[in-house]
Amino acid sequence: MSERSSDKLVHMANQIGKFFASQGAETAPAAIAEHLRKFWDPRMRVGILAHLEAGGAGLDPLVRDAIEKLREMMAVR
Amino acid sequence: MSLIHEIDYGTPRSKAETMVTLTIDGETMTVPEGTSIMRAAKEMGTAIPKLCATDMVEAFGSCRLCLVEIEGRAGTPASCTTPVLPGMVVKTQTDRLKRLRKGVMELYISDHPLDCLTCAANGDCELQDMAGAVGLRDVRYGHEGHNHPNPGLDESNPYFTYDPSKCIVCSRCVRACEEVQGTFALTIAGRGFDSVVSPGMEESFLGSECVSCGACVQACPTATLTEKSVIEIGQPEHSVITTCAYCGVGCTFKAEMRGNEVVRMVPWKDGKANRGHSCVKGRFAWGYASHKERILNPMIRESITDPWREVSWEEAIAHTASEFKRIQAKYGRLSIGGITSSRCTNEETFLVQKLIRGGFGNNNVDTCARVCHSPTGYGLSQTYGTSAGTQDFDSVEQSDVILLIGANPTDAHPVFGSRMKKRLREGAKLIVLDPRRIDLVRMPHVEASHHLPLRPGTNVAVLTALAHVVVTEGLADEHFVRERCDWDEFQDWAAFVADPRHSPEAISELCGVPAEDIRAAARLYAGGENGAIYYGLGVTEHSQGSTTVMAIANLAMATGNIGRPGVGVNPLRGQNNVQGACDMGSFPHEFSGYRHVSGDETRQLFESLWGVPLDSEPGLRIPNMLDAAVDGVFKGLYVQGEDILQSDPDTRHVAAGLAAMECVVVQDLFLNETANYAHVFLPGSTFLEKDGTFTNAERRIQRVRKVMPSKSGKADWEITLDLAHAMGFDMNYAHPSEIMDEIARLTPSFAGVSYAKLEAEGSVQWPCNEKAPLGTPVMHIDGFVRGRGRFMVTEYVATDERTGPRFPLLLTTGRILSQYNVGAQTRRTENVVWHGEDRLEIHPHDAEQRGVHDGQWVKLASRSGETSLRALITERVAPGVVYTTFHHPGTQANVVTTDFSDWATNCPEYKVTAVQVMPSNGPTAWQEGYDEQSRNSRRIAPLVEAAE
Repeated sequence: MSERSSDKLVHMANQIGKFFASQGAETAPAAIAEHLRKFWDPRMRVGILAHLEAGGAGLDPLVRDAIEKLREMMAVR
Repeated sequence: MSLIHEIDYGTPRSKAETMVTLTIDGETMTVPEGTSIMRAAKEMGTAIPKLCATDMVEAFGSCRLCLVEIEGRAGTPASCTTPVLPGMVVKTQTDRLKRLRKGVMELYISDHPLDCLTCAANGDCELQDMAGAVGLRDVRYGHEGHNHPNPGLDESNPYFTYDPSKCIVCSRCVRACEEVQGTFALTIAGRGFDSVVSPGMEESFLGSECVSCGACVQACPTATLTEKSVIEIGQPEHSVITTCAYCGVGCTFKAEMRGNEVVRMVPWKDGKANRGHSCVKGRFAWGYASHKERILNPMIRESITDPWREVSWEEAIAHTASEFKRIQAKYGRLSIGGITSSRCTNEETFLVQKLIRGGFGNNNVDTCARVCHSPTGYGLSQTYGTSAGTQDFDSVEQSDVILLIGANPTDAHPVFGSRMKKRLREGAKLIVLDPRRIDLVRMPHVEASHHLPLRPGTNVAVLTALAHVVVTEGLADEHFVRERCDWDEFQDWAAFVADPRHSPEAISELCGVPAEDIRAAARLYAGGENGAIYYGLGVTEHSQGSTTVMAIANLAMATGNIGRPGVGVNPLRGQNNVQGACDMGSFPHEFSGYRHVSGDETRQLFESLWGVPLDSEPGLRIPNMLDAAVDGVFKGLYVQGEDILQSDPDTRHVAAGLAAMECVVVQDLFLNETANYAHVFLPGSTFLEKDGTFTNAERRIQRVRKVMPSKSGKADWEITLDLAHAMGFDMNYAHPSEIMDEIARLTPSFAGVSYAKLEAEGSVQWPCNEKAPLGTPVMHIDGFVRGRGRFMVTEYVATDERTGPRFPLLLTTGRILSQYNVGAQTRRTENVVWHGEDRLEIHPHDAEQRGVHDGQWVKLASRSGETSLRALITERVAPGVVYTTFHHPGTQANVVTTDFSDWATNCPEYKVTAVQVMPSNGPTAWQEGYDEQSRNSRRIAPLVEAAE
């Protein structure tokens, strides 16, 4: 995945995070993760997981938590 | 087939519920109170002679031909202006009436040229008919009437002529322009024999404010206003009822034909979306169907720098399938995908997504709703449980307050715009939220109570401020909320919006709207009996598009404006079948009926019917496909009826994505801009050449009927079918009705839809199923589809697209009345006389600061790119805001727009781009280079016959 694509994924994930932030730190990560699961194709999800793996530069804290949850969800599936 | 003659009842139908019984010519007749005698007689089967009356406008009573006798009343009143009364006894034919009518007709004919044999209306002239009806055999006053010397034919309008010598001054055209269209462009100038229909201040039709809707032409009883196509071809001999292929209003038309040639398109009175009205596009702009640039043979080429080579259908289909298979073998199953078309039928769209899911084996399917109303689908499904508007168009007739947000119906949805204007003239109040001063803000007989010219990108802040006023001033409908919505979620939301940081005073500076205007608008909307919200792409095409839709849904719920006629949340859809394309499963994450691909039960239902395993993971959306192409992992694309290079944002990125693919297949009418990057071109068919259905913005499913053979030999659904077979995926249908049967089997909201039902009912609105066998005009009547209405907290988040010293202005884009979308159709009609190029609207203050003159070339630059176009200096836009359309590929307005998008759906943020404007000498180097590339890309080598 190119740098541009990776930056874009981070931007998009943070945008999603900002919407769900109003639901609070307890429930927002799960809601963000569910949104990523439902609307992002597997390649994009793998891309954001890899970005987190590589340090997750630029990701908002709530979104980091959400991507951790996404990893768990994908592992279960 | 025969010519369909609609019955003209002379005056409009009364909507009264009280019935009145009277006697007409000895027969007893019962009709609604308020019905005219003329209409009652016609409903009984008796046609009283008439000239100035027609049921598309109110009675006028000027021609004095429709006189009747009423027992107990003196004189001979006009039957068109006399309402029925209980016990009334009417005679429509007596010796006295016969004498009077004959006398009236003598006067008309004495002043009318008797060139009937060569008149364009010969065979379709009401004056001729009435002369016959009253038995006119002689004209005592001679035939050398005052008007015979032709005072001048007006041929300025590209679609119809005005011949004053044939005018009988019945005022039907004037009244149609006022009552039906609401433009008030016509009047009667002069007095007595000098009376004449006058557009504007005695201007030509083209030079006046006439919008060419055609209502005047339709109303004219003679050849005074006549379609040029009728003058050229002659009277039609048969007609077919079909649905317009332009905007999401979905007007029903009679295609009036002579053989396989369209003579004219006439709006059909029984059309439930348009109620007999039309606009300049649907009524007149169908000539593109036979335009010389139509591509009628399939074409292929190895490289996008090669000329096209015409080939047989067999070769084109085999080549495409072979390429897609090769790419999948080399790069994997997920390396190809497709785009369904919102201009094609439901059946065609359904087949494309079926081919991709079943034949390509992935969910890489998307549609142009991605770039327009995808946030509507997301936002309304989250709050109400369904991805569509809540009302039918008739609902506006019962609205008391209309809140119009980011939509310009008089330009983009003109027929509905006329219906809205009619309701406003009747007294409904209007609030406009729009950065531009659209026509509805102030026009003849319509003026918005409040115009909130908010700064682009601040929709959520303003809507939350409106909600703040509703909640803090006790204007919420607590009874409705307690009964219909989740009370806890409402309380959370109410606490959120009530926070002082959301007050109009707090956000006024941010949005640029005075706080008192926001407060007044909120009070008006919440205080009206029936408050209706209509919105367009000014809501959805933002980085917070989905949030804005949810804020709208919140506002309607909080004020109890859901679940009955006159209220609701109404997205005005852009393209003719964008609602249908979404319904048919065009999004990569869901099957038809908005069911997620990960749902095992749903997926198994499709798998068992289609006979193939289906992917449970969502596929790529259009922007994601392009990103993946640039990354080198997405290599093949099947595009049916969409021009992503011109319509999608950040043109350079779209071009880079397309250029990185190994097989781009474009199926369209013309070599569009996307085809510059295509390797295969499959010639599509117009809506005139195929059967199917479209679903309009009010969820109404309507038939599209073939009126002529396909010029390329195949309807679009047949091409997809052939491609599926070549890919080894078994699909078999003999007619689109069989595809609809499959849609109904697989889609709960379409379960009751069939061609037989559409024939019987004319149209139905989904959901149409066992619970609602005749469809659902108004949704959420007894409860929301999701159960309880869900309030969502809508925190305002500023877009990342910011103005600054380099790019100090905000660009917003949109469309104009005479053009449609990327202009592929309308640019190939006479509509170019109204809009031959995109212009940049700029406020006089901003223009003066930059030394820009009206009509001058200017460079429009953003962080993404730059283009040049001519300036139009106008106060329609606020200082700091500029506006343009995207109808012309020479401009390529989307070179300038960015790839910022809605957080939930990736719908592009077309409505907010930071730009700079400066004088220039003409097109940019990029535009000139693109023009050369386009011309090279459209070279075609002729078809080589196999025998040679």
